[in-house]
Amino acid sequence: MRNYLIGAGLAVLVAGMANTAIAQSEIKIGEINSYSLLPAFTEPYRKGWQLAVEEINASGGINGKKLVVISKDDNGKPADAQTAANELVSSENVAMLAGTFLSNIGLAVSDFANQKKVFFLAAEPLTDAITWSKGNRYTFRLRPSNYMQAAMLVEAAAKLPAKRWATIAPNYEYGQSAVAVFKKLMSEKRPDIVWVDEQWPPQGKIDAGPVVQAVAAANPEAILNVTFGADLVKLVREGNTRGLFKDRAVVSFLTGEPEYLDPLKDETPEGWIVTGYPWYDIKTPEHEAFLKAYQAKFKDYPRLGSIVGYQTIKAAAAILTKANSTDPEKLIAATEGLSVPSPFGEITFRKIDHQSTLGAYVGKTALKDGKGVMVESSYKKGSDYLPADAEIEKLRPKD
Amino acid sequence: MAFYVVQFLTGLASAASLFLVASGLSIIFGVTRIVNFAHGAFYMLGAYIAFTLTERLEGALGFWGGIVAAALVVAVVGVLVEMMLLRRIYHSPELFQLLATFGLTLMVQDIVVLIWGPSDLVGRRAPGFKGAVDFFGQNIPSYDLFLIVLGPVVLGILWLLFQRTRWGVLVRAATQDRDMVAALGVNQKWLFTSVFAVGVFLAALGGALQIPRDAVHHAMDLRIIVDVFVVVVIGGLGSITGAFVAAVLVSELNAFGILIFPKISIILVFLVMAVVLIVRPWGLFGKPEAPARRTPGLTVNPWRPWTSNERLAAIAALIVAAALPLFGGNYALTVGSEIAIFVIFAVSLHFLMSVGGLASFGHAAYFGLGAYGVAFLAKLAGLPMIVCLALGPLLGLVGAAVFGFFAVQLSGVYFAMLTLAFAQIVWSIAFQWVAVTGGDNGILGVWPEKWAASPSHFYWLSLGIAALAVLILRIIVFSPFGFALRATRDSPLRSEAVGINGKRIQWTAFVIAGTVAGLAGALFAYLKGSVFPDNMGISLSVDALVMVLLGGVETVSGAVVGAIVYKALNIWLVSQTDWSKLVLGAFIVLIVVAFPKGIVGTLQSILSRRRKSSSSNSSLLTSRIETAE
Amino acid sequence: MSMVPTLLSVEGLTKSYGGVHAVRGVSFELRAGEILALIGPNGAGKSTCFDMLNGQNIPDSGRITILGEDTAGKKPRAIWRLGVGRTFQITATFPTMTVRENVQVALVSHRHQLFNVWSSTPNFAREEAGRLLDLVGMGAYAERPCGELAYGDLKRLELAVALANQPKLLLMDEPTAGMAPRERIELMRLTASIAREQSIGVLFTEHDMDVVFEHADRILVLNRGSLIAEGSPEEVRGNAQVRAIYLGEGLVYDARHRDGAHA
Repeated sequence: MRNYLIGAGLAVLVAGMANTAIAQSEIKIGEINSYSLLPAFTEPYRKGWQLAVEEINASGGINGKKLVVISKDDNGKPADAQTAANELVSSENVAMLAGTFLSNIGLAVSDFANQKKVFFLAAEPLTDAITWSKGNRYTFRLRPSNYMQAAMLVEAAAKLPAKRWATIAPNYEYGQSAVAVFKKLMSEKRPDIVWVDEQWPPQGKIDAGPVVQAVAAANPEAILNVTFGADLVKLVREGNTRGLFKDRAVVSFLTGEPEYLDPLKDETPEGWIVTGYPWYDIKTPEHEAFLKAYQAKFKDYPRLGSIVGYQTIKAAAAILTKANSTDPEKLIAATEGLSVPSPFGEITFRKIDHQSTLGAYVGKTALKDGKGVMVESSYKKGSDYLPADAEIEKLRPKD
Repeated sequence: MAFYVVQFLTGLASAASLFLVASGLSIIFGVTRIVNFAHGAFYMLGAYIAFTLTERLEGALGFWGGIVAAALVVAVVGVLVEMMLLRRIYHSPELFQLLATFGLTLMVQDIVVLIWGPSDLVGRRAPGFKGAVDFFGQNIPSYDLFLIVLGPVVLGILWLLFQRTRWGVLVRAATQDRDMVAALGVNQKWLFTSVFAVGVFLAALGGALQIPRDAVHHAMDLRIIVDVFVVVVIGGLGSITGAFVAAVLVSELNAFGILIFPKISIILVFLVMAVVLIVRPWGLFGKPEAPARRTPGLTVNPWRPWTSNERLAAIAALIVAAALPLFGGNYALTVGSEIAIFVIFAVSLHFLMSVGGLASFGHAAYFGLGAYGVAFLAKLAGLPMIVCLALGPLLGLVGAAVFGFFAVQLSGVYFAMLTLAFAQIVWSIAFQWVAVTGGDNGILGVWPEKWAASPSHFYWLSLGIAALAVLILRIIVFSPFGFALRATRDSPLRSEAVGINGKRIQWTAFVIAGTVAGLAGALFAYLKGSVFPDNMGISLSVDALVMVLLGGVETVSGAVVGAIVYKALNIWLVSQTDWSKLVLGAFIVLIVVAFPKGIVGTLQSILSRRRKSSSSNSSLLTSRIETAE
Repeated sequence: MSMVPTLLSVEGLTKSYGGVHAVRGVSFELRAGEILALIGPNGAGKSTCFDMLNGQNIPDSGRITILGEDTAGKKPRAIWRLGVGRTFQITATFPTMTVRENVQVALVSHRHQLFNVWSSTPNFAREEAGRLLDLVGMGAYAERPCGELAYGDLKRLELAVALANQPKLLLMDEPTAGMAPRERIELMRLTASIAREQSIGVLFTEHDMDVVFEHADRILVLNRGSLIAEGSPEEVRGNAQVRAIYLGEGLVYDARHRDGAHA
């Protein structure tokens, strides 16, 4: 932590100097995320982008210019994220905005970008709206969307024999749309399915006992879970004790990400079908290079946030290099259709909806040495889980 | 049938957890009248310390010993907080302690991340209570059974403590009449400290007991604090039995409610509280509060309109503020606009709180309604900006008129909690009614028209409206209506006896405050270009309270300074550090100690004391006031 | 006497709490310019009576007519609007205002300006507030914060406030409680002179028999909720039942001293 404080101090200093002396020889990216509200996810994310910045500058920067990332906290509030965005654009003269975790904050910054004509690369927000119903020409998104992750899970879930399904999801937009997309895609593939119960605990405030009881009472054969974080822990613990998951298939969003899986320790439920990031099992050269560099620098293993942070800045650098300009229009032109390498393999920023084709790993949870892991995992390319172009054109407003 | 029994028992287990924390809060509030916002922080600290201890200590003894030791450690922390911080401010205006405990809460949120790291922690299960008990084919976790037994046991112990010990008798006497206990020569200081310690112990114990079934994380405090307040209020302030019954009521309604309405949890406690308070204004087991006796000497300086010098100074300050576009960049101007908007919001609450004596905990509702009003008018009806700005706040007015009608029937903390309940109900409508409000994802694209789009123009617009709002509210303060409102606040008995319909006056004040808050919200929507349920959330209501208290609740326009200081500092800290909560919290605590009447309030009383001691004929009076303090 | 209008008429006023009769069938009348004292030992029902007259308490049965209007169902504020001024046993004033402002609030209300959000109250009926304060001898204190006043001054301020609506009837609950003996006499003299001058009827309760016998035109004696005696000070003083009650209560008054004072 102390290191970080010093780092922050240096960053302020650097930012101060950047305004004056070195302004000509560097390119700035403005980065916003929920550092104080969601440190569990944003700490690894920060490490990821710090590694990327180091690598980029070590190999000559952006067309010879040094890359600088100026990072701001958004307090977990859309309004504060906009204040930060404004500071980055107006005072720091950044070439582009990047980051954000929560969907509503991603949307707020995306709307800001659209209004102020600033390029924005959304890192983590999952909402489909950011590229579709509320998409705009200035905003691109890196992470596989809600829809894409749902489609990946449906592929595996549809093969299950289960016909009676129940859902548990946090009661806000993310949970609601995850359930809606999953239900829609699932019912298309398996018209024989019936949805016997749905539970909507408030995000962060699940009263897990009654919820588990209520789901068990509906006696489903399979359960879709969308809760995460502390809610997931509570749900899993109550579910384990009460035997909710015994002889029931469970399909769960994001649970395979180390951020959510690791805290469960020896209580990790086995055999859940999940999306996630099994960093210990990915043997591709791109990923091994990333893993090695990350572990060498931070003496810690990466989380999914590390990948997202790393890839966000890597992609941003590629965009800036290709555009060789900070003009937003040129950045957009450079990004549309751009392919860049990533630890998960090459990804492309689609022209049609500004979504990247970064995928996710789908696998099963298992318990190994008292820790939760993902097994039988395989990488699902983002490009395979997006709707047809014609459908997207209907979803996305015309620029 | 077995299912319903098990669901009922599950509800009881939830109730037991809630009750432990709530009972501590109820005791503290009952005796010290402190709205202990930090109660959730103590709960969280209990969980964190218990986590560390139970991980280090082996076996069953290590586990249970660790739980109790954690609660004791936190109780000691509580004692230190009470002695070093709260003791200094018992004589400050009502609710000022809320500010101090709010500052502490902010600090603790960051401190736990600094000490224990950012990740969620999962503690070990309780030895002997790891599994479940089979009940006609339904599983009940044995730990739930333990909690179900523990709840009444704690209730019983507390009952014995209060009924059978001298300490308990004094505490009960103090709950009913603090002044009387002081008059009896009881050392009130130590009574308060011990009560605080017991309350904090219960909170920490409640937190520690969560580790076998929850994750320990840095947002635990916020997750529980509001619910606990609600439980205490439903039960009736200061009533432990009431807290128990309320905890059971809320938990059971939730356990069975979700079977029929799976989305009910998000709003249930607030619905229950609103209904209970409308039907029983003092909670289930509460008694009507005796009208608060004002400590003599605290409020002897009557308000007066600006002198011509002060008027000139205000105009000069406004001119300086209006000159910002000459030297500030776009960012400074946008921040300036935001501060101006929060000045409007803060003065609207200040009007209600300090002139009306009505501390609303849900003032953000009307801010948010104004913002949504603008968003609807601009996005759905496509009306021009100036029309939206004029009509949008009317949604705040309507909301305030409806909710205010019920709220002003109550007073004190019950009023505060009913406003909170209404605000949460409005918030959950914005949050849930996705088709109309966009839910959590809000309404985007509410940007100002060209004439106001440039940062300097928007800044002047916000500043102008803020100046106007402050001026108009000042005029109202010194108008006959303002005096009638203050009269109602000062002495309901006397004001009724001079023909004043206090409820109608307060209702009108509520509507005025709500409309002005709506105006702030309307501007805010244009500043941010978007509206989110956040705009009516609890944290915004708390921000407003903090601004008012920081400025000084016993001043006419202290909130202006409070809003500027708090908002500017907040924006600056969020921009400069990820540990903004720690720094901001520490700053608030410092302010509380240095300025026990708020910034403006303390400055004013220093000035007036100086003025007084220079005039000889009132020196005797001054000394009398000082002894009274 | 028949030319003087009846301000207050009480018929069969009854109130009980859980079977205990606090007030039982009390009837009396009060005429303009008359000063009527309501006395009785502690717990006799004086305060309950007063609260019912004032609208703070609702009688079980009986009828109260003030200035020709039945007050049933009327709130204290509505009764005030009939032309009734009122002071309290423990003074009720507005401690955060100046002395003058305390009176101005009552004047604002009297002139139906309560919802006026625009005028400046400090300039509202300034002179009239000053006149009322002068009347009760508080003119010099007009700009003082009310919270700083000594208790006796607060009582006088309350009187000024009570006079602000030009009342026809004053209800004063223990007007001199908590005051020094000399202040008591002064305040009651003041009240009596104002009442006679403006032809205001005064009903007051009082513990201090000196005050009662010096200033009351007529005295009502209440015991255990019922009126046991009514009449001029001389008549009441001679009433054996009253003497018994007061002797029983240990409260004796020096009749000779009283006589001297009258002479």
